[in-house]
Amino acid sequence: MSERAVYSVSELTARIKAQLETGFPAVWVQGEISNLRTPGSGHAYFTLKDETAQLRAVLFRGRGRRVRFEPEDGMQVLAFGGLDVYAARGEYQLVVELLEPKGVGALQYAFEQLKRRLEAEGLFDRARKRPLPVYPRVIGIVTSPTGAAIRDMLNIIGRRFGDLHILIVPVRVQGDEAPGEIVAALAALSEVAALDVVIVGRGGGSIEDLWAFNDERVARAIVACRVPVISAVGHETDFTIADFVADLRAPTPSGAAELVVREKLAVIEGLVELHARLRGAMATQLARWNERVIGLARRRVLTEPGRALRDSNRRLDEARGALHAAVRAHHRLLLHRVELKTNALSSQHPLARISHGAAVLAQLRGRLAASATHRATHSRHRLAAAVGRLQSLSPLAVLGRGYSLTRRVPSGEVVRGAVGLRVGDAIEVLLGEGALGARVTDVKERDDRHQV
Amino acid sequence: MTDIKFEDALARLEQIVDTLEAGNLPLEESLKAFEEGIGLARRCARYLEEAEKRIELLTKDEAGLLRAEPFKWVEGEQA
Repeated sequence: MSERAVYSVSELTARIKAQLETGFPAVWVQGEISNLRTPGSGHAYFTLKDETAQLRAVLFRGRGRRVRFEPEDGMQVLAFGGLDVYAARGEYQLVVELLEPKGVGALQYAFEQLKRRLEAEGLFDRARKRPLPVYPRVIGIVTSPTGAAIRDMLNIIGRRFGDLHILIVPVRVQGDEAPGEIVAALAALSEVAALDVVIVGRGGGSIEDLWAFNDERVARAIVACRVPVISAVGHETDFTIADFVADLRAPTPSGAAELVVREKLAVIEGLVELHARLRGAMATQLARWNERVIGLARRRVLTEPGRALRDSNRRLDEARGALHAAVRAHHRLLLHRVELKTNALSSQHPLARISHGAAVLAQLRGRLAASATHRATHSRHRLAAAVGRLQSLSPLAVLGRGYSLTRRVPSGEVVRGAVGLRVGDAIEVLLGEGALGARVTDVKERDDRHQV
Repeated sequence: MTDIKFEDALARLEQIVDTLEAGNLPLEESLKAFEEGIGLARRCARYLEEAEKRIELLTKDEAGLLRAEPFKWVEGEQA
Protein backbone atom coordinates (compact mmCIF):
# COMPACT_ATOMS: atom_id res chain seq x y z
CA MET A 1 0.00 0.00 0.00
CA SER A 2 1.51 3.13 -1.01
CA GLU A 3 1.29 6.07 1.20
CA ARG A 4 -1.72 8.18 0.58
CA ALA A 5 -1.06 11.60 -0.90
CA VAL A 6 -2.82 14.00 1.40
CA TYR A 7 -3.01 17.70 0.73
CA SER A 8 -3.96 20.28 3.17
CA VAL A 9 -6.80 22.52 1.98
CA SER A 10 -4.34 25.29 1.50
CA GLU A 11 -1.99 23.10 -0.49
CA LEU A 12 -4.74 21.83 -2.72
CA THR A 13 -6.19 25.27 -3.18
CA ALA A 14 -2.75 26.59 -4.02
CA ARG A 15 -2.33 23.88 -6.63
CA ILE A 16 -5.78 24.55 -8.08
CA LYS A 17 -5.03 28.25 -8.10
CA ALA A 18 -1.74 27.66 -9.89
CA GLN A 19 -3.34 25.34 -12.41
CA LEU A 20 -6.31 27.60 -13.10
CA GLU A 21 -4.45 30.85 -13.24
CA THR A 22 -1.72 29.55 -15.50
CA GLY A 23 -4.11 27.36 -17.50
CA PHE A 24 -6.64 30.16 -18.18
CA PRO A 25 -4.70 33.44 -18.06
CA ALA A 26 -6.65 35.00 -20.88
CA VAL A 27 -9.96 33.65 -22.14
CA TRP A 28 -13.08 34.91 -23.85
CA VAL A 29 -16.27 33.78 -22.18
CA GLN A 30 -19.74 34.27 -23.47
CA GLY A 31 -22.70 34.46 -21.10
CA GLU A 32 -25.50 36.46 -19.60
CA ILE A 33 -24.89 38.96 -16.83
CA SER A 34 -26.90 38.35 -13.69
CA ASN A 35 -26.83 39.34 -10.07
CA LEU A 36 -24.89 42.53 -10.88
CA ARG A 37 -23.69 44.48 -7.84
CA THR A 38 -21.72 47.72 -7.87
CA PRO A 39 -20.80 48.58 -4.28
CA GLY A 40 -19.15 51.85 -3.26
CA SER A 41 -15.71 50.60 -4.14
CA GLY A 42 -16.61 51.11 -7.81
CA HIS A 43 -15.85 47.50 -8.69
CA ALA A 44 -18.61 45.59 -10.40
CA TYR A 45 -19.44 42.05 -9.31
CA PHE A 46 -21.69 39.81 -11.33
CA THR A 47 -22.33 36.30 -12.46
CA LEU A 48 -21.97 35.09 -15.98
CA LYS A 49 -24.32 32.25 -16.69
CA ASP A 50 -25.77 30.10 -19.40
CA GLU A 51 -28.41 27.35 -19.27
CA THR A 52 -26.41 24.94 -17.12
CA ALA A 53 -23.54 26.76 -15.43
CA GLN A 54 -22.50 29.91 -13.63
CA LEU A 55 -19.23 31.79 -13.37
CA ARG A 56 -18.43 34.53 -10.91
CA ALA A 57 -16.87 37.59 -12.44
CA VAL A 58 -15.48 40.89 -11.25
CA LEU A 59 -14.76 44.11 -13.11
CA PHE A 60 -12.31 46.20 -11.14
CA ARG A 61 -12.80 49.92 -11.25
CA GLY A 62 -9.46 50.73 -12.87
CA ARG A 63 -10.03 48.25 -15.64
CA GLY A 64 -13.69 49.08 -16.01
CA ARG A 65 -12.63 52.36 -17.60
CA ARG A 66 -11.90 50.43 -20.74
CA VAL A 67 -15.48 49.25 -20.84
CA ARG A 68 -17.43 51.89 -22.77
CA PHE A 69 -20.91 50.85 -21.75
CA GLU A 70 -22.56 50.05 -18.47
CA PRO A 71 -23.22 46.35 -17.76
CA GLU A 72 -26.80 45.44 -17.01
CA ASP A 73 -28.47 42.31 -15.74
CA GLY A 74 -29.75 40.10 -18.53
CA MET A 75 -27.24 41.42 -21.03
CA GLN A 76 -25.51 38.90 -23.26
CA VAL A 77 -21.81 39.70 -23.20
CA LEU A 78 -18.41 38.56 -24.30
CA ALA A 79 -16.01 38.88 -21.39
CA PHE A 80 -12.25 38.71 -21.74
CA GLY A 81 -10.03 38.09 -18.77
CA GLY A 82 -8.18 35.60 -16.62
CA LEU A 83 -9.34 33.20 -13.93
CA ASP A 84 -8.52 34.05 -10.34
CA VAL A 85 -8.91 31.76 -7.33
CA TYR A 86 -9.93 33.36 -4.04
CA ALA A 87 -8.41 30.91 -1.60
CA ALA A 88 -9.99 32.32 1.55
CA ARG A 89 -13.43 31.34 0.32
CA GLY A 90 -12.59 28.55 -2.02
CA GLU A 91 -14.03 30.40 -4.93
CA TYR A 92 -12.79 31.22 -8.36
CA GLN A 93 -13.86 34.09 -10.56
CA LEU A 94 -13.16 35.69 -13.89
CA VAL A 95 -11.30 38.95 -13.61
CA VAL A 96 -12.74 40.86 -16.55
CA GLU A 97 -10.42 43.00 -18.61
CA LEU A 98 -12.75 43.66 -21.53
CA LEU A 99 -16.47 43.40 -21.76
CA GLU A 100 -18.48 43.68 -24.98
CA PRO A 101 -22.16 43.34 -25.56
CA LYS A 102 -22.74 40.33 -27.73
CA GLY A 103 -24.05 41.06 -31.20
CA VAL A 104 -23.27 44.77 -31.35
CA GLY A 105 -20.00 46.46 -30.59
CA ALA A 106 -19.50 47.90 -27.16
CA LEU A 107 -19.31 51.42 -28.49
CA GLN A 108 -22.51 50.99 -30.40
CA TYR A 109 -24.15 49.66 -27.28
CA ALA A 110 -22.91 52.55 -25.17
CA PHE A 111 -24.10 54.93 -27.85
CA GLU A 112 -27.60 53.48 -27.75
CA GLN A 113 -27.63 53.64 -23.97
CA LEU A 114 -26.60 57.27 -23.77
CA LYS A 115 -28.93 58.17 -26.59
CA ARG A 116 -31.88 56.60 -24.79
CA ARG A 117 -31.02 58.37 -21.56
CA LEU A 118 -30.55 61.84 -23.03
CA GLU A 119 -33.62 61.42 -25.18
CA ALA A 120 -35.63 60.54 -22.08
CA GLU A 121 -34.31 63.74 -20.51
CA GLY A 122 -35.76 65.67 -23.42
CA LEU A 123 -32.44 66.93 -24.74
CA PHE A 124 -33.34 65.94 -28.31
CA ASP A 125 -36.69 67.73 -28.28
CA ARG A 126 -37.31 69.90 -31.29
CA ALA A 127 -38.85 72.53 -29.07
CA ARG A 128 -35.50 72.91 -27.32
CA LYS A 129 -33.63 73.67 -30.55
CA ARG A 130 -32.76 77.26 -31.21
CA PRO A 131 -32.94 78.75 -34.69
CA LEU A 132 -29.70 79.78 -36.36
CA PRO A 133 -29.00 83.49 -36.18
CA VAL A 134 -30.15 85.11 -39.39
CA TYR A 135 -27.35 87.66 -39.32
CA PRO A 136 -24.27 85.84 -38.03
CA ARG A 137 -21.12 87.92 -37.76
CA VAL A 138 -18.96 86.05 -35.30
CA ILE A 139 -18.70 82.30 -35.69
CA GLY A 140 -16.97 80.02 -33.21
CA ILE A 141 -15.49 76.80 -34.50
CA VAL A 142 -14.48 74.02 -32.14
CA THR A 143 -12.32 71.53 -33.98
CA SER A 144 -8.80 70.45 -34.64
CA PRO A 145 -6.76 73.31 -36.14
CA THR A 146 -4.87 70.88 -38.32
CA GLY A 147 -7.64 68.58 -39.51
CA ALA A 148 -9.43 68.38 -42.79
CA ALA A 149 -12.60 69.77 -41.21
CA ILE A 150 -11.26 73.25 -40.50
CA ARG A 151 -9.69 73.38 -43.95
CA ASP A 152 -12.99 72.49 -45.61
CA MET A 153 -14.97 75.00 -43.56
CA LEU A 154 -12.56 77.87 -44.11
CA ASN A 155 -12.41 77.06 -47.79
CA ILE A 156 -16.14 77.32 -48.13
CA ILE A 157 -16.54 80.38 -45.97
CA GLY A 158 -13.55 82.08 -47.62
CA ARG A 159 -14.67 81.26 -51.13
CA ARG A 160 -18.36 82.07 -50.76
CA PHE A 161 -18.35 84.77 -48.20
CA GLY A 162 -15.30 86.32 -46.72
CA ASP A 163 -16.35 88.91 -44.25
CA LEU A 164 -17.08 86.83 -41.23
CA HIS A 165 -15.20 86.89 -37.98
CA ILE A 166 -14.21 83.34 -37.21
CA LEU A 167 -12.91 82.25 -33.84
CA ILE A 168 -11.29 78.85 -33.92
CA VAL A 169 -10.85 77.06 -30.62
CA PRO A 170 -8.28 74.34 -31.21
CA VAL A 171 -9.06 71.02 -29.57
CA ARG A 172 -8.14 67.40 -29.95
CA VAL A 173 -11.07 65.65 -31.58
CA GLN A 174 -10.17 62.08 -30.69
CA GLY A 175 -8.66 60.26 -27.79
CA ASP A 176 -9.39 60.33 -24.10
CA GLU A 177 -8.55 64.01 -23.75
CA ALA A 178 -10.86 65.12 -26.54
CA PRO A 179 -14.17 65.35 -24.62
CA GLY A 180 -12.69 67.49 -21.86
CA GLU A 181 -11.08 69.85 -24.38
CA ILE A 182 -14.28 70.19 -26.37
CA VAL A 183 -16.24 70.96 -23.21
CA ALA A 184 -13.65 73.58 -22.19
CA ALA A 185 -13.71 75.10 -25.69
CA LEU A 186 -17.48 75.50 -25.62
CA ALA A 187 -17.21 77.14 -22.21
CA ALA A 188 -14.50 79.51 -23.47
CA LEU A 189 -16.58 80.51 -26.49
CA SER A 190 -19.53 81.26 -24.24
CA GLU A 191 -17.44 84.07 -22.79
CA VAL A 192 -17.14 85.80 -26.16
CA ALA A 193 -19.94 88.33 -26.08
CA ALA A 194 -20.26 88.95 -29.81
CA LEU A 195 -20.52 85.26 -30.65
CA ASP A 196 -23.48 84.39 -32.86
CA VAL A 197 -23.15 80.66 -33.53
CA VAL A 198 -20.82 77.73 -32.87
CA ILE A 199 -19.81 74.90 -35.14
CA VAL A 200 -18.41 71.89 -33.36
CA GLY A 201 -17.12 68.93 -35.29
CA ARG A 202 -14.42 67.01 -37.06
CA GLY A 203 -13.82 65.10 -40.25
CA GLY A 204 -14.73 61.52 -40.91
CA GLY A 205 -13.28 58.52 -39.12
CA SER A 206 -14.09 55.24 -37.46
CA ILE A 207 -16.67 55.03 -34.68
CA GLU A 208 -13.76 55.11 -32.21
CA ASP A 209 -12.39 58.25 -33.87
CA LEU A 210 -15.73 59.99 -33.55
CA TRP A 211 -16.24 58.78 -30.03
CA ALA A 212 -15.56 62.10 -28.31
CA PHE A 213 -18.78 63.36 -29.86
CA ASN A 214 -20.70 60.57 -28.19
CA ASP A 215 -19.46 61.68 -24.79
CA GLU A 216 -22.12 62.68 -22.35
CA ARG A 217 -20.10 65.67 -21.10
CA VAL A 218 -19.79 66.99 -24.65
CA ALA A 219 -23.50 66.50 -25.19
CA ARG A 220 -24.34 68.46 -22.06
CA ALA A 221 -21.86 71.22 -22.93
CA ILE A 222 -23.55 71.61 -26.33
CA VAL A 223 -26.95 71.85 -24.65
CA ALA A 224 -25.60 74.41 -22.20
CA CYS A 225 -23.92 76.59 -24.86
CA ARG A 226 -25.12 80.20 -24.83
CA VAL A 227 -25.56 80.42 -28.61
CA PRO A 228 -26.95 77.93 -31.13
CA VAL A 229 -24.62 75.04 -31.92
CA ILE A 230 -24.24 73.32 -35.27
CA SER A 231 -22.78 69.83 -35.09
CA ALA A 232 -20.66 68.69 -37.98
CA VAL A 233 -19.17 65.33 -37.24
CA GLY A 234 -17.75 62.98 -39.83
CA HIS A 235 -19.69 62.12 -42.93
CA GLU A 236 -23.35 62.38 -43.75
CA THR A 237 -24.01 58.82 -42.57
CA ASP A 238 -22.36 59.32 -39.19
CA PHE A 239 -24.69 60.14 -36.36
CA THR A 240 -23.30 61.07 -32.96
CA ILE A 241 -24.92 62.12 -29.72
CA ALA A 242 -23.62 65.63 -30.45
CA ASP A 243 -25.75 65.62 -33.60
CA PHE A 244 -28.87 64.80 -31.62
CA VAL A 245 -28.42 67.49 -29.00
CA ALA A 246 -27.11 70.21 -31.32
CA ASP A 247 -29.53 72.90 -32.47
CA LEU A 248 -28.79 71.90 -36.04
CA ARG A 249 -26.95 68.94 -37.50
CA ALA A 250 -24.85 69.57 -40.54
CA PRO A 251 -24.06 66.47 -42.56
CA THR A 252 -20.39 67.44 -42.79
CA PRO A 253 -18.12 70.29 -41.69
CA SER A 254 -18.42 71.76 -45.19
CA GLY A 255 -22.16 71.53 -44.84
CA ALA A 256 -22.00 73.48 -41.58
CA ALA A 257 -19.99 76.22 -43.23
CA GLU A 258 -22.47 76.38 -46.06
CA LEU A 259 -25.40 76.64 -43.64
CA VAL A 260 -23.81 79.64 -41.94
CA VAL A 261 -22.86 81.29 -45.20
CA ARG A 262 -26.22 80.61 -46.77
CA GLU A 263 -28.00 82.34 -43.93
CA LYS A 264 -25.87 85.40 -44.38
CA LEU A 265 -26.13 85.28 -48.16
CA ALA A 266 -29.89 85.12 -47.81
CA VAL A 267 -29.81 88.27 -45.73
CA ILE A 268 -27.67 90.10 -48.25
CA GLU A 269 -29.89 88.97 -51.10
CA GLY A 270 -32.96 89.98 -49.14
CA LEU A 271 -31.46 93.39 -48.53
CA VAL A 272 -30.51 93.84 -52.17
CA GLU A 273 -34.01 92.84 -53.20
CA LEU A 274 -35.58 95.22 -50.69
CA HIS A 275 -33.40 98.00 -52.00
CA ALA A 276 -34.45 97.27 -55.56
CA ARG A 277 -38.11 97.14 -54.57
CA LEU A 278 -37.76 100.40 -52.71
CA ARG A 279 -36.31 102.11 -55.77
CA GLY A 280 -38.85 100.44 -58.05
CA ALA A 281 -41.78 101.49 -55.89
CA MET A 282 -40.53 105.05 -55.71
CA ALA A 283 -39.92 105.16 -59.45
CA THR A 284 -43.45 103.89 -60.03
CA GLN A 285 -44.81 106.49 -57.64
CA LEU A 286 -42.86 109.27 -59.31
CA ALA A 287 -43.91 108.11 -62.76
CA ARG A 288 -47.53 108.17 -61.66
CA TRP A 289 -47.24 111.66 -60.22
CA ASN A 290 -45.33 112.77 -63.28
CA GLU A 291 -48.04 111.42 -65.52
CA ARG A 292 -50.64 113.36 -63.61
CA VAL A 293 -48.63 116.53 -63.88
CA ILE A 294 -48.09 116.01 -67.59
CA GLY A 295 -51.75 115.16 -68.04
CA LEU A 296 -52.73 118.36 -66.32
CA ALA A 297 -50.20 120.38 -68.27
CA ARG A 298 -51.69 119.07 -71.50
CA ARG A 299 -55.06 120.58 -70.71
CA ARG A 300 -55.92 123.51 -73.08
CA VAL A 301 -56.10 126.10 -70.36
CA LEU A 302 -52.45 125.50 -69.77
CA THR A 303 -51.21 124.74 -73.29
CA GLU A 304 -53.19 127.66 -74.90
CA PRO A 305 -53.96 130.14 -72.21
CA GLY A 306 -55.28 132.65 -74.91
CA ARG A 307 -57.73 130.20 -76.33
CA ALA A 308 -60.36 130.55 -73.65
CA LEU A 309 -60.10 134.33 -73.96
CA ARG A 310 -60.50 134.13 -77.72
CA ASP A 311 -63.52 131.93 -77.32
CA SER A 312 -64.99 134.42 -74.92
CA ASN A 313 -64.27 137.29 -77.26
CA ARG A 314 -65.90 135.49 -80.12
CA ARG A 315 -68.95 134.76 -78.08
CA LEU A 316 -68.98 138.37 -76.97
CA ASP A 317 -68.77 139.55 -80.59
CA GLU A 318 -71.61 137.25 -81.58
CA ALA A 319 -73.73 138.46 -78.70
CA ARG A 320 -72.96 142.05 -79.57
CA GLY A 321 -73.99 141.47 -83.22
CA ALA A 322 -77.20 139.80 -82.15
CA LEU A 323 -77.90 142.63 -79.80
CA HIS A 324 -77.38 145.22 -82.53
CA ALA A 325 -79.62 143.33 -84.91
CA ALA A 326 -82.31 143.04 -82.28
CA VAL A 327 -82.09 146.71 -81.47
CA ARG A 328 -82.29 147.62 -85.14
CA ALA A 329 -85.27 145.33 -85.67
CA HIS A 330 -87.01 146.77 -82.70
CA HIS A 331 -86.27 150.24 -83.94
CA ARG A 332 -87.73 149.45 -87.31
CA LEU A 333 -90.82 148.03 -85.65
CA LEU A 334 -91.25 151.14 -83.59
CA LEU A 335 -90.87 153.35 -86.68
CA HIS A 336 -93.49 151.33 -88.51
CA ARG A 337 -95.87 151.60 -85.62
CA VAL A 338 -95.33 155.34 -85.42
CA GLU A 339 -96.04 155.59 -89.12
CA LEU A 340 -99.23 153.61 -88.76
CA LYS A 341 -100.35 155.71 -85.84
CA THR A 342 -99.53 158.86 -87.73
CA ASN A 343 -101.67 157.77 -90.63
CA ALA A 344 -104.49 156.77 -88.32
CA LEU A 345 -104.17 160.03 -86.50
CA SER A 346 -104.29 162.10 -89.68
CA SER A 347 -107.50 160.32 -90.75
CA GLN A 348 -109.04 161.39 -87.48
CA HIS A 349 -108.40 165.01 -88.23
CA PRO A 350 -111.81 167.00 -87.79
CA LEU A 351 -111.77 168.41 -91.32
CA ALA A 352 -111.11 165.04 -92.85
CA ARG A 353 -113.83 163.50 -90.81
CA ILE A 354 -116.38 166.08 -91.98
CA SER A 355 -115.68 165.58 -95.66
CA HIS A 356 -115.66 161.86 -95.23
CA GLY A 357 -119.02 161.98 -93.41
CA ALA A 358 -120.61 164.00 -96.17
CA ALA A 359 -119.50 161.50 -98.77
CA VAL A 360 -120.88 158.63 -96.75
CA LEU A 361 -124.15 160.47 -96.27
CA ALA A 362 -124.62 161.02 -99.98
CA GLN A 363 -123.87 157.43 -100.72
CA LEU A 364 -126.34 156.22 -98.09
CA ARG A 365 -129.03 158.44 -99.52
CA GLY A 366 -128.61 156.88 -102.93
CA ARG A 367 -128.66 153.38 -101.59
CA LEU A 368 -131.80 154.13 -99.53
CA ALA A 369 -133.73 155.30 -102.57
CA ALA A 370 -132.71 152.31 -104.66
CA SER A 371 -133.56 149.78 -102.03
CA ALA A 372 -137.14 151.04 -101.47
CA THR A 373 -138.43 149.61 -104.81
CA HIS A 374 -136.14 146.69 -104.83
CA ARG A 375 -137.33 145.57 -101.43
CA ALA A 376 -141.05 145.35 -102.47
CA THR A 377 -140.51 142.81 -105.29
CA HIS A 378 -137.98 140.95 -103.27
CA SER A 379 -140.51 140.46 -100.44
CA ARG A 380 -143.01 138.98 -102.80
CA HIS A 381 -140.56 136.47 -104.12
CA ARG A 382 -139.58 135.46 -100.63
CA LEU A 383 -143.22 134.94 -99.64
CA ALA A 384 -143.90 132.63 -102.57
CA ALA A 385 -140.83 130.62 -101.84
CA ALA A 386 -141.76 130.29 -98.17
CA VAL A 387 -145.25 129.03 -99.00
CA GLY A 388 -143.81 126.49 -101.40
CA ARG A 389 -141.37 125.21 -98.80
CA LEU A 390 -144.12 125.12 -96.17
CA GLN A 391 -146.30 122.94 -98.35
CA SER A 392 -143.48 120.54 -99.07
CA LEU A 393 -142.85 120.22 -95.33
CA SER A 394 -146.50 119.57 -94.36
CA PRO A 395 -146.88 116.11 -92.84
CA LEU A 396 -150.08 115.84 -94.68
CA ALA A 397 -148.25 116.10 -97.97
CA VAL A 398 -146.91 112.50 -97.55
CA LEU A 399 -150.43 111.17 -97.09
CA GLY A 400 -150.89 111.65 -100.83
CA ARG A 401 -148.24 108.88 -101.31
CA GLY A 402 -150.48 106.31 -99.47
CA TYR A 403 -149.35 106.85 -95.86
CA SER A 404 -152.01 107.52 -93.21
CA LEU A 405 -151.97 109.26 -89.88
CA THR A 406 -153.75 107.77 -86.85
CA ARG A 407 -154.85 109.97 -84.01
CA ARG A 408 -156.64 109.25 -80.75
CA VAL A 409 -160.16 110.52 -80.37
CA PRO A 410 -160.88 112.93 -78.86
CA SER A 411 -157.36 113.98 -77.74
CA GLY A 412 -156.06 114.18 -81.27
CA GLU A 413 -152.69 112.70 -80.04
CA VAL A 414 -150.85 111.06 -82.92
CA VAL A 415 -150.57 107.29 -82.43
CA ARG A 416 -146.91 106.18 -82.96
CA GLY A 417 -147.21 102.68 -81.59
CA ALA A 418 -149.71 100.06 -80.37
CA VAL A 419 -148.70 100.47 -76.76
CA GLY A 420 -151.36 102.32 -74.77
CA LEU A 421 -154.22 101.42 -77.07
CA ARG A 422 -156.88 98.96 -76.08
CA VAL A 423 -159.50 97.12 -78.00
CA GLY A 424 -162.50 99.35 -78.46
CA ASP A 425 -160.62 102.67 -78.29
CA ALA A 426 -161.87 105.25 -80.83
CA ILE A 427 -159.29 106.44 -83.34
CA GLU A 428 -159.26 108.74 -86.37
CA VAL A 429 -157.34 107.80 -89.51
CA LEU A 430 -156.32 110.71 -91.77
CA LEU A 431 -155.83 109.67 -95.38
CA GLY A 432 -154.47 111.49 -98.42
CA GLU A 433 -157.94 112.66 -99.08
CA GLY A 434 -160.52 112.46 -96.37
CA ALA A 435 -160.54 110.75 -92.98
CA LEU A 436 -161.93 107.61 -91.29
CA GLY A 437 -163.47 107.21 -87.86
CA ALA A 438 -162.59 103.76 -86.47
CA ARG A 439 -162.23 101.56 -83.36
CA VAL A 440 -159.41 99.32 -82.36
CA THR A 441 -160.31 95.65 -82.82
CA ASP A 442 -156.93 94.11 -81.99
CA VAL A 443 -153.68 95.28 -80.31
CA LYS A 444 -150.30 93.75 -81.18
CA GLU A 445 -147.59 95.53 -79.28
CA ARG A 446 -144.95 93.68 -81.43
CA ASP A 447 -145.50 92.35 -84.90
CA ASP A 448 -143.46 90.30 -87.31
CA ARG A 449 -142.36 93.06 -89.62
CA HIS A 450 -138.82 93.06 -90.75
CA GLN A 451 -136.91 95.56 -88.84
CA VAL A 452 -135.28 98.09 -91.07
CA MET B 1 -25.92 100.98 -36.55
CA THR B 2 -25.91 101.64 -32.87
CA ASP B 3 -29.21 103.38 -32.29
CA ILE B 4 -31.36 100.80 -34.00
CA LYS B 5 -31.00 97.03 -34.23
CA PHE B 6 -30.30 95.47 -37.59
CA GLU B 7 -33.40 93.31 -37.39
CA ASP B 8 -35.56 96.33 -36.56
CA ALA B 9 -34.03 98.33 -39.37
CA LEU B 10 -34.69 95.52 -41.82
CA ALA B 11 -38.26 95.12 -40.60
CA ARG B 12 -38.85 98.87 -40.95
CA LEU B 13 -37.35 98.79 -44.44
CA GLU B 14 -39.70 95.98 -45.44
CA GLN B 15 -42.65 97.92 -44.08
CA ILE B 16 -41.65 101.03 -46.04
CA VAL B 17 -41.26 99.06 -49.26
CA ASP B 18 -44.68 97.46 -48.77
CA THR B 19 -46.28 100.84 -48.17
CA LEU B 20 -44.60 102.42 -51.16
CA GLU B 21 -45.58 99.53 -53.39
CA ALA B 22 -49.18 99.87 -52.29
CA GLY B 23 -48.95 103.37 -53.78
CA ASN B 24 -51.42 105.10 -51.49
CA LEU B 25 -49.11 107.70 -50.05
CA PRO B 26 -49.24 111.36 -51.03
CA LEU B 27 -46.17 112.49 -52.97
CA GLU B 28 -44.53 114.27 -50.06
CA GLU B 29 -44.89 111.27 -47.79
CA SER B 30 -43.72 108.95 -50.55
CA LEU B 31 -40.52 110.92 -50.87
CA LYS B 32 -40.06 110.99 -47.11
CA ALA B 33 -40.61 107.23 -46.88
CA PHE B 34 -38.24 106.64 -49.77
CA GLU B 35 -35.51 108.67 -48.16
CA GLU B 36 -35.95 106.82 -44.90
CA GLY B 37 -35.89 103.51 -46.78
CA ILE B 38 -32.69 104.34 -48.63
CA GLY B 39 -31.11 105.38 -45.36
CA LEU B 40 -32.14 102.10 -43.72
CA ALA B 41 -30.89 100.06 -46.67
CA ARG B 42 -27.49 101.80 -46.48
CA ARG B 43 -27.25 101.24 -42.76
CA CYS B 44 -28.17 97.57 -43.09
CA ALA B 45 -25.59 97.09 -45.83
CA ARG B 46 -22.97 98.89 -43.78
CA TYR B 47 -23.79 96.72 -40.80
CA LEU B 48 -23.15 93.59 -42.84
CA GLU B 49 -19.97 94.99 -44.36
CA GLU B 50 -18.69 95.98 -40.97
CA ALA B 51 -18.28 92.33 -40.06
CA GLU B 52 -14.56 92.01 -40.58
CA LYS B 53 -12.99 89.11 -42.31
CA ARG B 54 -10.96 87.84 -39.44
CA ILE B 55 -9.87 84.35 -38.56
CA GLU B 56 -8.44 83.90 -35.12
CA LEU B 57 -7.37 81.13 -32.83
CA LEU B 58 -8.92 81.39 -29.40
CA THR B 59 -6.69 79.90 -26.73
CA LYS B 60 -6.17 80.19 -23.02
CA ASP B 61 -2.82 81.37 -21.71
CA GLU B 62 -1.02 80.06 -18.64
CA ALA B 63 -3.16 82.25 -16.38
CA GLY B 64 -6.30 80.75 -17.92
CA LEU B 65 -7.24 83.96 -19.75
CA LEU B 66 -8.65 83.81 -23.26
CA ARG B 67 -6.35 85.03 -25.98
CA ALA B 68 -7.04 85.45 -29.67
CA GLU B 69 -4.23 85.26 -32.20
CA PRO B 70 -4.42 85.37 -35.99
CA PHE B 71 -4.85 81.99 -37.57
CA LYS B 72 -2.55 81.36 -40.46
CA TRP B 73 -4.50 79.89 -43.25
CA VAL B 74 -4.07 79.95 -46.97
CA GLU B 75 -7.17 79.47 -49.01
CA GLY B 76 -7.25 76.18 -50.84
CA GLU B 77 -4.20 74.88 -49.02
CA GLN B 78 -4.10 71.15 -48.75
CA ALA B 79 -2.47 69.44 -45.77
